[in-house]
Amino acid sequence: MSGFASLVWRELRRAWAAGGLTLPVVFFLLVAILFPFAIGPEGKLLARVGGGVIWAAALLAALLPVERLVNPDLENGVLDQLAVRGWHDASVAAAKTLGHWLGFAPTLLVATVIAAALLNLSLDQTRAALIALLIGTPGLAALGVATAALTAGLRGAGAVAGLVMLPFAVPLLIFGAGAMEGDASAMKLLGAVSLVLVAGCPFVAGAAMRMGRG
Amino acid sequence: MSSPRLAFENVACLRGGRLLFEGLSFALEESGAALVTGPNGAGKSSLIRVAAGLLKPAAGAVRVEGECALLTEAAALDPELPVAKALDFWAGLDGRREAAEAALDAVGLAHLAPVPVRLLSTGQRRRVGIARVVASGAPVWLLDEPANGLDHAATAMLGHLISEHRLQGGIVVVATHLPIHIPGAHGVVIGEAA
Repeated sequence: MSGFASLVWRELRRAWAAGGLTLPVVFFLLVAILFPFAIGPEGKLLARVGGGVIWAAALLAALLPVERLVNPDLENGVLDQLAVRGWHDASVAAAKTLGHWLGFAPTLLVATVIAAALLNLSLDQTRAALIALLIGTPGLAALGVATAALTAGLRGAGAVAGLVMLPFAVPLLIFGAGAMEGDASAMKLLGAVSLVLVAGCPFVAGAAMRMGRG
Repeated sequence: MSSPRLAFENVACLRGGRLLFEGLSFALEESGAALVTGPNGAGKSSLIRVAAGLLKPAAGAVRVEGECALLTEAAALDPELPVAKALDFWAGLDGRREAAEAALDAVGLAHLAPVPVRLLSTGQRRRVGIARVVASGAPVWLLDEPANGLDHAATAMLGHLISEHRLQGGIVVVATHLPIHIPGAHGVVIGEAA
């Protein structure tokens, strides 16, 4: 197994061990369940806001594991040991991003099918939601790792992480929710935003990890 | 392997606006050893981190030829994993998975291989860290307080491992406040005695 693959595998294993596989999904479903209670059981209204609800829930679910993505490795000296072995911080961040995405996205997609039923989404809407999430979640994962690196070592990092991450996730939210309404150009813009985040965030996270070490 | 080398040239280290040491120069050739001593807070750990390339020196230059293996206060072992698996992860990254078992044996912890890391005592965790250094096969060892938490037998074992490493041409830098005997080590004293 190559070094990169074993780093990704380690991230996945840690996600499973920390309940990372189930917790965000349960949280995601809970938000989807709460909405019909809050705005009433009117089918048309639910179907109209459903896409937005799913995106807001996915955003919050991706935020849940942020505290354990980088901070434990910083405190435990794992980042030091990787740096001594000549690992570039951005490569480590990229491995973390891939591991984080594999940890939460596939189960989130399965949960989306359930949430779509709860929110009275049509079959077309559900399909659009799944495609949009498939395109958008890598961007969310990259943003999560960058946020985790920026807030690593802070006390109360969880709350600060929300403040750092959510504004940057607004473009994903706008185009993601737009793409669910079958808007093809929104889908393309969602892909563009996600790609920018996936390409840029590892460098931001890497720089933050380097600063944290100094 | 090509002969390892480690040289500090007029190195200064600045931490949090405080000058820890400056004008520090020494060079280690094949089989060389340096024993860094000084009072608490003098910058022993910072010196090790500078040597490992984790900290940039405020002035001067550090030249290292050969891979480094680092031992610090932080264990860098996943607490929920069994000892052997946690060590295998690093040995695998170093491309020396086959060396992990022998290294664990060398620090006398072969019987703890299936025990989760979180159940280890301070000294045992430190010994697994030493096993990682041994398994890495790196020619330059940078050890920060390697004897912390070790009992007499384990300290003797550490001394033995260090001399074996030097016999094979390796370089060792040890920062410590405990009396570790390293024959022929270059003494580096930093900070004034408080």
